[in-house]
Amino acid sequence: MHAGTYRVNAPANVVEVWVVPVIDVRGLCKTYGDLVAVDDLDLPVEDGEIFGIVGPNGAGKTSTVECITGLRVPDSGTIRVLGYDPMTDRAEVRQRVGVQLQECALPVKIRVGEVLELFGSFYPRAVDTNELAEALGLASHRRAYYRELSGGLKQRLSIALALVGNPELAVLDELTTGLDPHARQETWALIESVRARGVTVVVVTHSMEEVERLCDRVAVIDHGRMVACGTPSELTSQSGGVTRMSFHPSGPFADALLACLPDVTSLERHGETVVVTGVGDMVTDIVLALHGAGIRPRHVRVESASLEQAFLTLTGDATASPSDGVS
Amino acid sequence: MTHPATGVSPPRWRAFAQLVRTEASLNLREPTGLVVGLGLPVLLVVVFVFGSIPTFRDPVTALGGLSPLDVYGPVLMVFSLISLAMSVLPLRLATYRELGFLRRLAVTPVGPALLLAAQLTIYAAIGIAAIVLIMIIGALGFGLRLPGSVPGLVVTLLLAAAALFPAALFPLGLCIASVAPTAKAAGAIGGIGLFVLAFCSGLWWPLLTLPDVLRSIMEKTPTGAAVQALLGTLGGHFPSVTPLAVLAAYAVVFTLLAIRTFRWE
Repeated sequence: MHAGTYRVNAPANVVEVWVVPVIDVRGLCKTYGDLVAVDDLDLPVEDGEIFGIVGPNGAGKTSTVECITGLRVPDSGTIRVLGYDPMTDRAEVRQRVGVQLQECALPVKIRVGEVLELFGSFYPRAVDTNELAEALGLASHRRAYYRELSGGLKQRLSIALALVGNPELAVLDELTTGLDPHARQETWALIESVRARGVTVVVVTHSMEEVERLCDRVAVIDHGRMVACGTPSELTSQSGGVTRMSFHPSGPFADALLACLPDVTSLERHGETVVVTGVGDMVTDIVLALHGAGIRPRHVRVESASLEQAFLTLTGDATASPSDGVS
Repeated sequence: MTHPATGVSPPRWRAFAQLVRTEASLNLREPTGLVVGLGLPVLLVVVFVFGSIPTFRDPVTALGGLSPLDVYGPVLMVFSLISLAMSVLPLRLATYRELGFLRRLAVTPVGPALLLAAQLTIYAAIGIAAIVLIMIIGALGFGLRLPGSVPGLVVTLLLAAAALFPAALFPLGLCIASVAPTAKAAGAIGGIGLFVLAFCSGLWWPLLTLPDVLRSIMEKTPTGAAVQALLGTLGGHFPSVTPLAVLAAYAVVFTLLAIRTFRWE
């Protein structure tokens, strides 16, 4: 794979990229009868980032994605995707946005190569399907029927179909649901390589592990509203999460060396082991302070308050597990 | 607000050609369409004629001087069309819908309507193949009298197809909108449609043998009108206006209903 494979038509004017957010959703509302799925939602997705949308089941994630991709008509609010309205500029949005939908299967007897060619023929600037199949590890399965594929390969194919049109934006709903840990890791690496080519990626998930591993920024949605938006570590610290760092110092040092750091709240010693507790991004500060005193920390362990805990606090629903049961 | 210029419109003809090719492969791998739309009607021609009724080829007064075979030729041609329209097409679309494949197509520049167009193209090809085979086997092997008016045959079949395929989409649309939108439900509804339309075409009792009142009712149904028009071409004339007008009216009504009710998701 080569850099730029998926992006032949990069905008000439770089300033424009900053002026036009990739996704700009304002005041989005969508109801189904009495059920309010999305309630006055704002969503800002910037160029080149991997943006996560997380929330408990029924929080309105999929409805939001369906409105963004033009599958559903919003009740109110404005949506701009790459500067286009998904309702009135359908054709533009569909050419430029690659979508992976939840629960979308293909005809059982369609071959991998066939469906790649088929979807490739839908787009004016499609990528080379051989290269794409190679990149996604599908090349040796080109002749296989869809129904013969494992869950992991089906997922890869569905990602391939989202990318075959050389999109500027990829929206991936339930990216790794149902995959084994190995396949998830591979998929995440793949998404990062897609982003490295300049494609903005929106990942809809309810796996906190996925958010932590993959997303630059994340919006937490609950009951159709955005309850938080920021980097995963911002969310963790916003919700009062703490970090514990333990290590064996290479030599003696005074507690005050670390205790005076702004993010450190406490320091304990258990025999040889030093345990520092604090908030935010204290680990770097600690390592630098130790280094300044000529001390090397050994056997370092860092435990962060989990994003999962932050998620449960934010959505105020400690009984429901945000994990999708795979992790 | 300006955008990076694309200047490229979706290559729809290329997508359509690829859809037709893919659908054709799928139809060969899962040959329900071929079996029901082509195999069955052709098999029936052979069975009717080889069947132990030697008199099948003799003219019968009750049939206005035509032989039973002559009467069944048009019936079987229409049967091929209604099999494709009522059982093959709805089943396939409902299966695709259940899989989420139609939804998947809806977020591409192409959309599911082009898939429907590709399927109609393939079923048209199967239908034409069936009708040609029925005529060839019937005429060469068993002295089936062929429609004498080729324009009459073509116009009748086109109008019949224009009435029957939307007629299949309309109840399918209703079914999807209301009750369980499954392939099974689509199969059941299509099965009923197939039975009723086959009956009206005279598959069990040729229309010419029916009492006048019943017969004139049957000739107001899509399949009855199609068979009547096809029989009208046997003498070498263009069919009379009435059955063609009936077919055209059904085509308009069912198309409007199908557009109103059918939803891709």
